[in-house]
Amino acid sequence: MDRHEYRNLVILVLPTGIFCVAFFLLPMARLVLIGASGERGIAAYLDIVTTPRHFESLIATLVLSITVTATALVVATISGLFLERNRFKGRGVLISMLTFPLAFPGVVIGFMVIMLAGRQGLIGIVSKALTGDKIVFAYSMAGLFVGYMYFSIPRVILTIMAAAEKMNPALEEAARSLGAPQWRIILDVILPALKPGLIASGAICFATSMGAFGTAFTLATNIDVLPMTIYTEFTLNANIAGAATLSIVLGLITWAALYIARNLSGSNVAAAG
Amino acid sequence: MSDLKDQGTAINLLSCAKTFAGGVQALEPLDLEIAGGETVVLLGPSGCGKTTTLRIIAGLEEPDPGGRVMFGDDDVTRLPIEKRKIGMVFQSYALFPNMTVRENIAYGLMVRRMPKPDIDRRVGEMLEMMHIGDLEFRRIDQLSGGQCQRVALARAIAVQPRVLLLDEPLTALDAILRTRLRVEIDQLLRRLGITAVYVTHDQGEAMSLGDRIVVMSRGRVEQIGTPRDIYYKPNNDFVAEFIGTINRLRGIARGDHVEVAGASLPWSANRSGGEVEILFRPENVTISNLKSAHLKGNVVTSFFQGDRTKLILDGLGERQVIIETTDRVEFIAGQEIGFRIDPDSMIILNT
Ligand SMILES: Nc1ncnc2c1ncn2[C@@H]1O[C@H](COP(=O)(O)OP(=O)(O)OP(=O)(O)O)[C@@H](O)[C@H]1O
Ligand SMILES: [Mg+2]
Repeated sequence: MDRHEYRNLVILVLPTGIFCVAFFLLPMARLVLIGASGERGIAAYLDIVTTPRHFESLIATLVLSITVTATALVVATISGLFLERNRFKGRGVLISMLTFPLAFPGVVIGFMVIMLAGRQGLIGIVSKALTGDKIVFAYSMAGLFVGYMYFSIPRVILTIMAAAEKMNPALEEAARSLGAPQWRIILDVILPALKPGLIASGAICFATSMGAFGTAFTLATNIDVLPMTIYTEFTLNANIAGAATLSIVLGLITWAALYIARNLSGSNVAAAG
Repeated sequence: MSDLKDQGTAINLLSCAKTFAGGVQALEPLDLEIAGGETVVLLGPSGCGKTTTLRIIAGLEEPDPGGRVMFGDDDVTRLPIEKRKIGMVFQSYALFPNMTVRENIAYGLMVRRMPKPDIDRRVGEMLEMMHIGDLEFRRIDQLSGGQCQRVALARAIAVQPRVLLLDEPLTALDAILRTRLRVEIDQLLRRLGITAVYVTHDQGEAMSLGDRIVVMSRGRVEQIGTPRDIYYKPNNDFVAEFIGTINRLRGIARGDHVEVAGASLPWSANRSGGEVEILFRPENVTISNLKSAHLKGNVVTSFFQGDRTKLILDGLGERQVIIETTDRVEFIAGQEIGFRIDPDSMIILNT
């Protein structure tokens, strides 16, 4: 590369570079430094394991996100395939309604979970009428799970439907002609074809669930997911260094998940939400 | 590989019609008897129902009520494809992209829970037979079209199917490869002695592969016969026009000759009165001097093709006439030439 080309390249890369430094590297570096600014320096990052409240919050968030991702993938794959393969009245309306949850902020979703399973919620009223016991789970992990499912499922369904549409129907027929029963076809033909979509949308589900704040904040009270813990440390306890270390760890886990997914599926996976 | 030899299962379609949802009748009631070991080619223009017929035999479509599909003495009408023990080759190959060449070929055997050593042996045989031994561990996206087609064939016959069904297996390939694979498929089918149904819209393929050809149009069978029958004795207009090139002239029957374009042609049928249509193929004429010619025409264009010359003539009715000659003479546009038609090869349809 001669000098001239080199200068051109620098000019072309400059906008991206500035953007990267200003909005990403500088704040991140600052955050890392703040995290290590306490008396114990960089060792503060170990606190996330040694402080029970932080560690429990980390584990709870991971478990919740993994459960949400796994459940959403299963439910959405089945419904996505069904929707793609069956033509019935109202299908179009149903599919466009599925994209609805994507438009809501977390607060609204939290609000909807309360209407469903809160103290005055639908499930509470019905269960009281039927059994005399009022079932309320909006303010717990179960409530959060429902809320996260609500915005995770549409994402996966849409991805699955797109992938299923592109699938070559002759592949399934070929497998059948070779004597494969339905379960083998699902295993050997359908799932491999959906794999890139499953990985991509699974990674996004996971990342979104790890970082979602609005829903947790609305349901609040005694749910300790990582974003909530960060918020509490930062605003209530003024433990800025602690909040910073938690943020960095949360960021790293999510980033790692997306990175692995990108390598597995070979296609573009970006965090959203 | 004597275990490959099979007497072949006869296939019998009994009034199989097919009406798709929405009322499209893709196939009128069809009766077709295919002997064990025979290769039958379904030939016809796009949309005539070839694939539909093949899919009914395969079990991918059910015939309308009343239709029956027999494999030998077994009524398989209600049997789904996975139980019919057929081998199928698709136009798009339909190889499993997530598996290697080897895994693709082994798939049907694995599904049948064949013991591992037997699978290895059988896959080895297939790789050798299709000359794709060095591709064994390739991924599917690393194969050329021709190689894909070999793998697809190997996968379909690995399971020793009762019948082999092929839907335009060569259409996606280039001309040279198509001809080469056509020869290979022909040898393969003879060697296996398997009953085969082959769908194509290429008459060259149909002629060279088929023991018999089923010519179809608009969901109907127009003629069933050997390639020679179809070519020399077309049943009707459609078959005559569809297979090869044919010339047609209007004439009036007068006893032992027919009056055409102001000239008279000898005719063996010896029948008088009424309009007839004379059909003859370009290669069944000989150029002669003007005096002894049956017919005369003016050269519009001539195409030199090496082994022969193709001439387009006019002045013989509404349509131009195409003839071929192996004479080493140069023809010029506008020249008047005469030719004789071989009387045995003339086809006469009543109008
Ligand atoms: N699933 C289907 N639903 C409705 N109509 C169909 C369906 N499959 C085929 N048809 C119609 O049935 C007719 C015959 O189709 P078929 O696929 O058998 O034709 P083909 O002879 O194989 O043509 P080609 O050479 O183009 O493959 C066509 O008019 C087609 O549009
Ligand atoms: Mg077809």
